[in-house]
Amino acid sequence: MTERNFPIGGPVLEVKNISLSFGGVKAITDTSFNVLEHEIRAIIGPNGAGKSSMLNCINGIYKPQVGSVTYKGEEIQKVTPNIMAQKGISRTFQNLALFKRMSVLDNILVGRKLHTTSNFMEVALQLPKAKREEKVNRDRCEEIVEFLEIEDIKNTPVGKLPYGLQKKVELGRALATDANLILLDEPMAGMNVEEKREMCRFILKVNDEIGTTMVLIEHDMGVVMDISDRVVVLDYGKVIGDGTPDEVRSNQRVIDAYLGVEH
Amino acid sequence: MKPIFMTYTRGDLINLAILLIVGVVVIPMTVSSGYWYTSILIPWLCLALATIGQQIIMGYTGQLALGAAGFMAAGAFACFNLILRVPGIPFVGALLISGLIAAAFGILFGLPSLRVRGIYLMVATLASQFFIIWMIDKFGWFKNYDSSGIITAQDIVIMGKPFTSPVEMYLVIVAVVTPMTLIAMNMARGSTGRNWMSVRDMDIAAESMGVSLLKTKLQAFAISSFYCGVAGALFAFTYLKSLEPVAFDIKLSFKVLFMVILGGLGTINGAFIGAAFILLFPVLLNYIGNNVFHGAIDATIISAIEQVVFGVLMIIFMIYEPLGMAKLWETIKIKIAGLFSKNK
Repeated sequence: MTERNFPIGGPVLEVKNISLSFGGVKAITDTSFNVLEHEIRAIIGPNGAGKSSMLNCINGIYKPQVGSVTYKGEEIQKVTPNIMAQKGISRTFQNLALFKRMSVLDNILVGRKLHTTSNFMEVALQLPKAKREEKVNRDRCEEIVEFLEIEDIKNTPVGKLPYGLQKKVELGRALATDANLILLDEPMAGMNVEEKREMCRFILKVNDEIGTTMVLIEHDMGVVMDISDRVVVLDYGKVIGDGTPDEVRSNQRVIDAYLGVEH
Repeated sequence: MKPIFMTYTRGDLINLAILLIVGVVVIPMTVSSGYWYTSILIPWLCLALATIGQQIIMGYTGQLALGAAGFMAAGAFACFNLILRVPGIPFVGALLISGLIAAAFGILFGLPSLRVRGIYLMVATLASQFFIIWMIDKFGWFKNYDSSGIITAQDIVIMGKPFTSPVEMYLVIVAVVTPMTLIAMNMARGSTGRNWMSVRDMDIAAESMGVSLLKTKLQAFAISSFYCGVAGALFAFTYLKSLEPVAFDIKLSFKVLFMVILGGLGTINGAFIGAAFILLFPVLLNYIGNNVFHGAIDATIISAIEQVVFGVLMIIFMIYEPLGMAKLWETIKIKIAGLFSKNK
């Protein structure tokens, strides 16, 4: 492997002993793993293994009953989407959560929210500070639009775009936050091979050029093994494998979970 | 299309200049009949301002609030009491403070939006409508212990000069509505508007991007009610020329709501188009009744036709063009531009 622009560092995110249940249904049981700085970390597992729930716990949409999330060495007491965004964790959603009636550029601009300090009065009266900030934010978003090669659709309302492009816009919005860590919830679900390959290219490009740490959930084993540095495998809410793609591939429990096993 | 002044493009500025010339120079010079001012232009601009308020909360922030008339009443009575009780207060100052008082009510009645949404929020916000009117009726202080129930509004006096004729009052309204519209556009196009719309379209994603739902919703409620409050004060002082709580009943709230929907959700110019349509359509029907059918159609039937047509239009717009007449106007403009470019 060639030298990376951003070599993998120490643990940046640590998830410890997380348990989450909805009523009597246990979604996640005593799960721990960590994410190293600048790495691409995949969470895989069969349907209903608790992958999305895991991401929602890290991001604060779900509150686990037990366990803790430590980010950059600091245990986060109150995990909410807003606080996690402020700490520098951004995300995309499994079923797309874009602002459908807003244009592509406006969607990405919302990602700049935490880099915008002018209040509504400054915006209303277009005081110099608001104008300056708007310019900086727009320039940054134009860069992202260019980076993702979606210049030709930047003024189109997102709701009118095909699925593959919407996924790209969502990645763009997450990038606009300048987050250090991005959680990608099935970034390639429902895509054809061509689109998947393109999305992989962008994920690797972001990781390589900006150094963003990525945690991604994916169904497609092939894709995961190709792009991720380390993989954690969940089944029935428990970790059954954790390691490099090669280690995971030869792990008997993982093989059993994926291929089924005779009882 | 780069903005050259504030958030406005060249086209915007040209439109604004044309509208201002028509509004401030051409109309006062050519229209002399008081009817046009008192029955059409003045209520149109007042209600358009209230519609911008409703537009901010409903069209931009996606909160189904129904209580614009309540906030208008708060603004109107606040303005009356300020002029009555604060000696030497300038009219514009009273107007702004009235807006702020309405905004305070807006924040209070916007609190349910943090818990409930959709039709439930609509019911919760109806409280503002009934509470504010009840409060004004219940406590005589608000009406200066006037027993007749109808209080005459004070004259508008700006810098010692009274503005009492229809043209003068119209100009006062233009002077208030124009900057407020421009400010609303600045907000809608800037980061403030994007926060509102992100909450409207997908609140959980907005939160993950760092948009605070609490702050954004309450801010939208406050600004929305500010616009309604100022509009209500202007409405009472220039159109009604009196202050009576019954003028701000639920019917007016619905009227403002219809103006938003017909004009187009999430558009500022739609507020003006929607307000114009709802105000002018009955006038047009009456005109047709009197001049085409020469009074052969009963007035009650005309008003019934009006209701039917509004109802049908609402349904048509909700189904086929949720972006309302503002969108239709855009489409027509593009079509016309297309015709011209083909001829070249």
